[in-house]
Amino acid sequence: MKIAVCVSHVPDTAAKINIAGDGKGIDQTGVTYVVNPYDEFAIEETLKTKEKLGGETVAISLGGEANKETLRKALAMGIDSAVLLKDESYRDSLSVAKALAEEIKTQNAELVFFGKQSVDFDNSVVGQMTAELLGYNCISVVVDFKLEGNKVIAEREIEGGKEVVETLLPAIITAQKGLNEPRYASLKGIMSAKKKVIEEKPAAAATNFVDAVTMKRPAPKQAGKIVGTDATAVPELIRLLHEEAKVI
Amino acid sequence: MGNKILVLLEQRNGQIKKASLEAVKTAYDLSSKLSCESEAIVIGNDIENMESIGNYGIGKVKHYKHSDLQNYSPSAYSKILAEHAKETGASIIIIPNTSLGKDLAPRIAAKLDAGLAMDCISLDIQNSEIVATRPIYAGKVLLDVKLNSTVKIFTLRPNVFTAAMVGESKADIESVNVDNPDLSTKVVEIKKSEGKLDVAEAEIIVSGGRGMKSAEHFNMVEELAQLLGAASGASRAVVDAGWRPHSEQVGQTGKTVSPTLYIALGISGAIQHLAGMRSSKYIVAVNKDKDAPIFQIADYGIVGDIFEVVPAMIEEIKKIKS
Ligand SMILES: Cc1cc2nc3c(=O)[nH]c(=O)nc-3n(C[C@H](O)[C@H](O)[C@H](O)COP(=O)(O)OP(=O)(O)OC[C@H]3O[C@@H](n4cnc5c(N)ncnc54)[C@H](O)[C@@H]3O)c2cc1C
Ligand SMILES: Nc1ncnc2c1ncn2[C@@H]1O[C@H](COP(=O)(O)O)[C@@H](O)[C@H]1O
Repeated sequence: MKIAVCVSHVPDTAAKINIAGDGKGIDQTGVTYVVNPYDEFAIEETLKTKEKLGGETVAISLGGEANKETLRKALAMGIDSAVLLKDESYRDSLSVAKALAEEIKTQNAELVFFGKQSVDFDNSVVGQMTAELLGYNCISVVVDFKLEGNKVIAEREIEGGKEVVETLLPAIITAQKGLNEPRYASLKGIMSAKKKVIEEKPAAAATNFVDAVTMKRPAPKQAGKIVGTDATAVPELIRLLHEEAKVI
Repeated sequence: MGNKILVLLEQRNGQIKKASLEAVKTAYDLSSKLSCESEAIVIGNDIENMESIGNYGIGKVKHYKHSDLQNYSPSAYSKILAEHAKETGASIIIIPNTSLGKDLAPRIAAKLDAGLAMDCISLDIQNSEIVATRPIYAGKVLLDVKLNSTVKIFTLRPNVFTAAMVGESKADIESVNVDNPDLSTKVVEIKKSEGKLDVAEAEIIVSGGRGMKSAEHFNMVEELAQLLGAASGASRAVVDAGWRPHSEQVGQTGKTVSPTLYIALGISGAIQHLAGMRSSKYIVAVNKDKDAPIFQIADYGIVGDIFEVVPAMIEEIKKIKS
């Protein structure tokens, strides 16, 4: 079986994000990029599934030259091959999904792992969209995954608990934290990843429906009140919450 | 071409959820600004109080009914919703950004080849067009977007839009039975975390961080939460330490919450934690380090030892509750 994993390349979550002069993008100075944290769970699950059932694995990323770093990391963790769908320009989620769907078809992958969300634009949609475009089944925000023959049994997180969901292959799974513990790349993995060739192709064209108008900073919260420096401040704190804020 | 707004009502166990009422009221406001019609759709079996959404501004509800649709089924729900939107010519679709809405909205966008703006915190009209504001980079930046597609889909962050009543009227309900829903992907079981309120839905959250020192000390967090009818939350540090389950984690790789009151106990306020809770209406912080970043966004703070402050809070709240 061919198993694919889609990975995105995003600013480190600790990065300070400044808005660029044109108000349409972010200032790249000093921003380091990493594998999208949720995609590490997706890569790990891809590797675990291959270890159990055999098959071949491929990592796919859509973006610019820089995304090769993230693909290298996937290769270093143990993914067999990598494809960069090259496009340096802005794309909305659906147009990303359309290009990924084309590539997944070409790869003939029956099972595809995604992260639940890219921590740049925080959309949490590309996996579900890609599945619809391919006519694949899809379970999102998965914290437990099992494959029994053709049958997928997964648990997804919802408010106040989990849903146990069943479906059949071909399927797309989007990974949530808790699904597994991503492995570290071994030295051997890193060395062999360096030698592998990342296949490059142009990303299939698609229209954007989402126009970014402007970026702005959230209104800064006004400096709060330090009510006191020990437990004697508690009655005043509770009074403020009760009478001023009226929240308790 | 005129607009037509469609709101998805989410039901769980036959109850319409509060986030849906927020969506209804938002649709009502939009429909008066855009002078267009709005209606709602709900999928399920036995649903209580559907008429009551009339009070929030929508007079017409289509109810798709089948005994296998009481629980969520991504395949069935997405087909029904997409087909209904097509048949009725909906041009604006509003969905609550809950776990169900987040799963469903992108499927509908792909089926209808529609533009999608997720997790909106405001919908504004400029030159008769909707401008949606959504937090990106974990809330470090707000992005305004416009959708240029024929059908436009917006999901609304819960607890941000208000669900105010606009009058007293009963909505008309039209129920139709669904034949052979597509259950190719279906929920076979729901595992509830025992009787606990989820951080994603709570009005008040009491969260503990590494400053709590051990799993046992979370009794204090739980007690305070229970007194306030709140959910208990956690920082990633304590989830990674195994003191609390991941379902309680607030932050960039946990849950995004915007309760009315967020109480942070022994949490430093790392950027990834703030990402998940900075849109809370009121933030209270208790931390012994006066320079902890959490104080920069807290409305009220006590610089002090949680092991002294929290028991005092419990006592004081008992007083006002009695
Ligand atoms: C990719 C990535 C994703 C992340 N996602 C998240 C996320 O989703 N959520 C999240 O929370 N973090 C996340 N983090 C981790 C984050 O960077 C911090 O490490 C974490 O939030 C720290 O948790 P904390 O505040 O409980 O602990 P600490 O930073 O150790 O803070 C403990 C605080 O307790 C105070 N304290 C100690 N004892 C007492 C006492 N007796 N009385 C009063 N105060 C006391 C200290 O002064 C300190 O400020 C992420 C990190 C990365 C790299
Ligand atoms: N440009 C991309 N290339 C490859 N995969 C992507 C890309 N963007 C998003 N994804 C995948 O889709 C998931 C959800 O992303 P998003 O919907 O953007 O939050 C990510 O975790 C990735 O697995």
